[in-house]
Amino acid sequence: MLIKKPSDIKPSEITSKANYLNRRDFMRAGSIAGGLALASPALGAFVPDERRAKLKDVGKSKFSTDEQMNSYMDITTYNNYWEFGSGKFDPSKNSGDFDPLPWQITIDGHAEKTGTFDFNDFIKPYDLEERIYRMRCVEGWSMVIPWVGISLAEIVKHHQPTSKAKFVRFQALHDPTRMPGQRRGLIDWPYREGLTIAEATNPLTILAVGLYGEALPNPNGAPIRLVTPWKYGFKGIKGIVRISFTDRQPRGSWQMAQPSEYGFYANVNPEVDHPRWSQATERRIGAGAFAPRIPTQMLNGYGEQVAHLYKALNLRKYY
Amino acid sequence: MDTLHQIRFVWKPLVFLLCLTPFALVVTDLFEITGTLGANPVEEMLDRFGNWSIRFILIALAVTPLRKLTGRNWLTRFRRMLGLFAFFYVLMHFLVWLMLDRGLYFSPLSEVMPMVAEDLIERTFITVGFIALVILTLMAITSTNGMRRRLGRTWQKIHYGAYAAGILGVWHYWWQVKKGPDDAIYYAVILAVLLGLRIYWWRQKKARQ
Repeated sequence: MLIKKPSDIKPSEITSKANYLNRRDFMRAGSIAGGLALASPALGAFVPDERRAKLKDVGKSKFSTDEQMNSYMDITTYNNYWEFGSGKFDPSKNSGDFDPLPWQITIDGHAEKTGTFDFNDFIKPYDLEERIYRMRCVEGWSMVIPWVGISLAEIVKHHQPTSKAKFVRFQALHDPTRMPGQRRGLIDWPYREGLTIAEATNPLTILAVGLYGEALPNPNGAPIRLVTPWKYGFKGIKGIVRISFTDRQPRGSWQMAQPSEYGFYANVNPEVDHPRWSQATERRIGAGAFAPRIPTQMLNGYGEQVAHLYKALNLRKYY
Repeated sequence: MDTLHQIRFVWKPLVFLLCLTPFALVVTDLFEITGTLGANPVEEMLDRFGNWSIRFILIALAVTPLRKLTGRNWLTRFRRMLGLFAFFYVLMHFLVWLMLDRGLYFSPLSEVMPMVAEDLIERTFITVGFIALVILTLMAITSTNGMRRRLGRTWQKIHYGAYAAGILGVWHYWWQVKKGPDDAIYYAVILAVLLGLRIYWWRQKKARQ
């Protein structure tokens, strides 16, 4: 474990710590734990202590936002992860016993270097970076989350896709014995998602393995999940076990479930409404009940990095 | 104390306080006295008020079938209060949506109105919910003894609106979820039983005539 010298600690980090250990969060932790009959009343109730080790050698990124980060509590207890249940609290409530390690990841399809790798070996060749990204959910809320991740472009390069590889398909763990939500036919398991090769190798795209400088908590998709900050949150597939290089456009789980409402691209776009609600504004989690919604930005404010990918695309048709 | 007095001065106030408890808990959770509304308090308020709206409509619609099945005629004395609580929770649900979600609390009416109008017209599940609110408002306004006397037969017609409000409420809930009916299916089943019993009794009555 890395022990930081005081001089290494920036004021901003102290603020964020204080922020997620404030009184309201303790109250919230206690009340959620009480209300849901969890054993431990403390923050650690949601993530076992042995999984809360500091990750070492985490670099900074120019893509990080300096907006106010959401609290650790909010990020780990307000989740859509239907593998553990469809309610927002379900993932934190039902994933306590889930031990993600050991974990294996299979790389297959149109690539030179394929195979099945142990999680620790899989991530070893790459640098870890902190990426503080906005996350906009298709439901109309957003957060600012300090991920720790690996550039997916580096991973793709490492596995040497062939010229036939036009898309990257992701598949999540299917294990109903460990994931209670999968015992219900909520969606067609396993959860699947996909990106174009250009999207997968964009510098913004990461596979996240950490949060707030620590190993990724279960409710957020431990041990490894996709983060594409310019797309709606459901593209960020959690608990990835398979990455395939394909020549055909993969279909995502939500796209298969409701094709009229959820598309392959799922780019954040305030001008294209969801059939049942407007996408023009969003509610920033953590701002409280008496804060107005804020305008949603085109491509969630990441246009500078990704707008060129969609120049020739009718975004109303390819939502 | 005779039974009527007991109902009026003991049971009615008790049931009133019980019906008000979910509202009180939202307020005390909002200010984090009793608990919390979680990471997204506005969504949580909408969910809780919405759920209690449908529950109270169903409870009010259950009074007459229960009376008929059990012969406990005193149940009818609680029907108006339960119906008014259904209206109260629908109104709270609407006000949280209008003030805190659509933002009338923060922005002038001229800014909020176009957005609200678009929602009410273009998004069917919101239209459906709003019609239920209008029906329950009419029922609440005409719920006094004086109004009932004055309106005569029209009163009964207005108050058949409870069936429509039940159907619209469950429909509204069914359609707003991201995918799948979720809890909405339980409400739909209960509503179907309550309305089915009425159709059954109505047909029996017709057959006897």
